[in-house]
Amino acid sequence: MNVLLDNFPEFRDGFIGTVSITAVSSVIALVLGVALAGFRVSPVPPLRFFGTAWVTLLRNTPLTLLFLIFFFVVPEILFPGMSPFLLGALALGFYTSSFVCEAVRSGINTVPLGQAEAARSIGMSFAQTLRIVVLPQATRTVIPPLSSIFIALTKNSAIAGAFSVAELFGWQKLMSDRGYNITPVFIWVALGYLVVTFVISGLFRLLERRMEVAR
Amino acid sequence: MSASVLYDTPGPKAVLRNRIYAVVGSLAILALLAVSVVRLSDKGHLAPEMWDIFNYSGIRQNIADALVATLKAFGLAAIGSLILGVVLAVGRLSDHKPVRWAATTFIELFRSIPLLITIYAVWVGFLTDYSMWALALGLSVYNGCVQAEVLRAGINSVPRGQSEAAYALGMSKTQVMAGVLIPQAVRAMLPTIISQLVVTLKDTSLGFIILYPELLQTARLIASNTQVNGQYPYVSTITVIGAIYISMCLLLSALATWIEKRGRRARKGAPLTAAGQQVPGAGTLETLNAPAPPRGDDNPHG
Repeated sequence: MNVLLDNFPEFRDGFIGTVSITAVSSVIALVLGVALAGFRVSPVPPLRFFGTAWVTLLRNTPLTLLFLIFFFVVPEILFPGMSPFLLGALALGFYTSSFVCEAVRSGINTVPLGQAEAARSIGMSFAQTLRIVVLPQATRTVIPPLSSIFIALTKNSAIAGAFSVAELFGWQKLMSDRGYNITPVFIWVALGYLVVTFVISGLFRLLERRMEVAR
Repeated sequence: MSASVLYDTPGPKAVLRNRIYAVVGSLAILALLAVSVVRLSDKGHLAPEMWDIFNYSGIRQNIADALVATLKAFGLAAIGSLILGVVLAVGRLSDHKPVRWAATTFIELFRSIPLLITIYAVWVGFLTDYSMWALALGLSVYNGCVQAEVLRAGINSVPRGQSEAAYALGMSKTQVMAGVLIPQAVRAMLPTIISQLVVTLKDTSLGFIILYPELLQTARLIASNTQVNGQYPYVSTITVIGAIYISMCLLLSALATWIEKRGRRARKGAPLTAAGQQVPGAGTLETLNAPAPPRGDDNPHG
């Protein structure tokens, strides 16, 4: 108990850090992932190739290595002196986007064939078919896998703490550096993550119930 | 695959439009790449001297040692997580309430805590001088929980008749598990199990946070200790180490895909020929040859 009460401001900052990096990188992952899924099913071969290459590369790269790339290589390409928070959020978002892309793509594949055929037969273009007919229906099947992807994202955000982003793992490290017993520290950090993941799975369950349609 | 779900075989107008998109898209992607390369070489990151460091035998030896260290941690974690996975899966399906309850709590708890938190706590808590064991233990606990859930899904997917038949023959629960259910579950779930091993392999890179000298930690040491032209060779070391990681993971993933394809072929092929030769009523053989895995096969037009 002492660990938490004595160091509450740091813990609070860590918790807020975890929540905000999770939120920002979720948005990045979602936008990028859906766009990439669109690339992967599009009629344009180079875009399809780009999508496939992206997913293959990022899914087989350890996230820690990606963090290293974003902290040491990306600032050289873009502008030096980007904030660790932004770099961390980008690394997490890029990594997760490949998983989102695969989830969305398999969601697209579960939409019955007749739907797309009907859309095409009334003269819709590829983009219209995807946007108006297929994606809204795919959303329903994609929600459960997305929920676990975002929970994994929350857990992965711990790595950002090792790269000097203020979040819960950073707090754990700080406390053990200050000589506190690791067991209570571990329990409090674990509780912090449990709260975030519970909220995410609760939100998605709510979403799932609201989007439920009898087929 | 010309007949996609989402678009028709393009006509002359669409062909033209797609070609324009293709050119514009490729140009955009190439431009992005070119900008990156130009920016990096402007800052001297792509100079030949930066890549020369890999010609030193010391650095090569470092990388080789790091590769061995990574594979060691991965091997330990793979064995540990598979054993723990079987134990936990059996525990979750146990007939005794306390055992079931304990296994479920363990799985739910360690699955929802970030792996890094667990590894760090194990390292600081009681394995400070043995970072390899801390890493292997942390990886085993987390991935063991995941493998347990995979195995449980596999065991649940074995047709009920299988265990009923085994009990009818007078087998004990242990015999049914070990002799009938787990082998079929493992066979059905092998691709998923191997995919999880790929995750385990990737996660060994977390060892760099507890200072275990695996590939990533070594890469960082090489990059921050060797100065070339007044700069640290981060770009070249990351490229080399990244290539090593990606090829290792791709090899393992390829194994998973190959096994999945083989399994699919067997499932399609075996029952057909078997059904042709079987006397009616011997249908159990079919399910024996063809366990139906609860994989994402609900995709009608892959």
